[in-house]
Amino acid sequence: MPILEVNNLIKNFGSTKVLKGISFTVEKGEVLAIIGSSGSGKTTLLRCMNYLETPDAGSITVNGEPYFDVELNKSLSEGELRAKRLHFGLVFQSFNLFPQYTVTDNILLASLLLESEKLKARLKRKEIGKTEYRAEKSRMRSKLMGTASALLEKVGLTDKADFYPCQLSGGQQQRAAIARALALTPDILCFDEPTSALDPELTGEVLKVIRGLKSGDSTMIVVTHEMEFAASVADKVIFMSGGVIEEQGSPAEVFGSPKSPALKSFLGKKKF
Amino acid sequence: MTCQLFALTLIFALPLGLIISFGTMSKLRPLRTVMKTVVWIVRGVPLMLQIFIVYYVPGFIGLETIDRFPAALIAFVINYACYFSEIYRAGIEAVPVGQTEAGLVLGMTRYQIFTRVTLQQVIKRIVPPMGNEIITLVKDTALARVISVIEITRKAELFADKAIIWPLFYTALFYLVFVGALTLLFGYIEKSQSYYKI
Repeated sequence: MPILEVNNLIKNFGSTKVLKGISFTVEKGEVLAIIGSSGSGKTTLLRCMNYLETPDAGSITVNGEPYFDVELNKSLSEGELRAKRLHFGLVFQSFNLFPQYTVTDNILLASLLLESEKLKARLKRKEIGKTEYRAEKSRMRSKLMGTASALLEKVGLTDKADFYPCQLSGGQQQRAAIARALALTPDILCFDEPTSALDPELTGEVLKVIRGLKSGDSTMIVVTHEMEFAASVADKVIFMSGGVIEEQGSPAEVFGSPKSPALKSFLGKKKF
Repeated sequence: MTCQLFALTLIFALPLGLIISFGTMSKLRPLRTVMKTVVWIVRGVPLMLQIFIVYYVPGFIGLETIDRFPAALIAFVINYACYFSEIYRAGIEAVPVGQTEAGLVLGMTRYQIFTRVTLQQVIKRIVPPMGNEIITLVKDTALARVISVIEITRKAELFADKAIIWPLFYTALFYLVFVGALTLLFGYIEKSQSYYKI
């Protein structure tokens, strides 16, 4: 069973049709690269999957459970929406780290809030007493701190743990943002042109981190303009053009023997 | 009286201004229109007239009259809240939408995002314009005299009837010291927020 199933997704901004019926599937542990020229709807597609945009029609299924369809969406409470969102993580083109927090606090903030809410709920339901609550809270805190430092090591920022985003280079900021997204252990991690705001020197270090995340069970969707990266890391490539999937297949198929004229000309332009 | 009026105005107008700013940024068109109109009227009419209105109008239309000091306070709070609301609005709208989106995809609620992420960045941005407005408030308190609230300038004038102009001079000195202290305070707040850049 695929971990993600997108079915006939449609999104309009006013009279502009941005997504004109997108369908694809992703298997668990796969890396999907989405390529295409600017304005082809790649970013909108990612934003729809993260509930930052609401599609006008179509459906999304995660782990066989309905994640989005227009009817379901109307009946969602804020809590259910949050729970659904956590299936996905998103790394932004412009990092969007919280400037007033250190790298560690950026990573911790959301999970701390989430876990304290759960604890408070248990306290309210009288499942635990006050002393137990306090003990649990400090245990939870140190556990999350452990997770955070493990993540920092993973993205190679252990020595920057207590730095503020403004003290970091773009590449370091993006690596911190990746750690922050990983902290909530999303089923599917999305990257929205993660290196487009970086100069070529810094691009390499970020791509290296993303490449390092590729392992048996982490599923990733990467919107990118780095064709070499897409060709070497992705298990599957989707080429979007004008709001539709023009072509999809393995990197060898898409890059090696493009069929549609749009993809041919897109790849041709990229060559030099 | 001056200090009391100043402090109480701030205590009520700072939060009220934030609420008004939410109104003027609301997605509900009717609410937005009403709040924007209120801000327009309050900012468009001299504060002195507003003090008169709050003090005299309830009596004219047969309601219970309000005492001098509370009347002046109500006028000040409403007036300053409207000015503050525009400063808040500028501050909130200047926070990139990406900050909220980052919070949302991390599963934070809108309330958590506002209190933990946005608000601090808003405060950092609005300290200088807020400082301006609050300094103006120090001196505007002198307007309360129009309904015979005996604030410091009025008091000095009463003295000056018997003496010469010096009491008024001392009043000026009082304002100057007051504003000097505030300037130091705002400088301190600004500095305490300078450890990060937006």
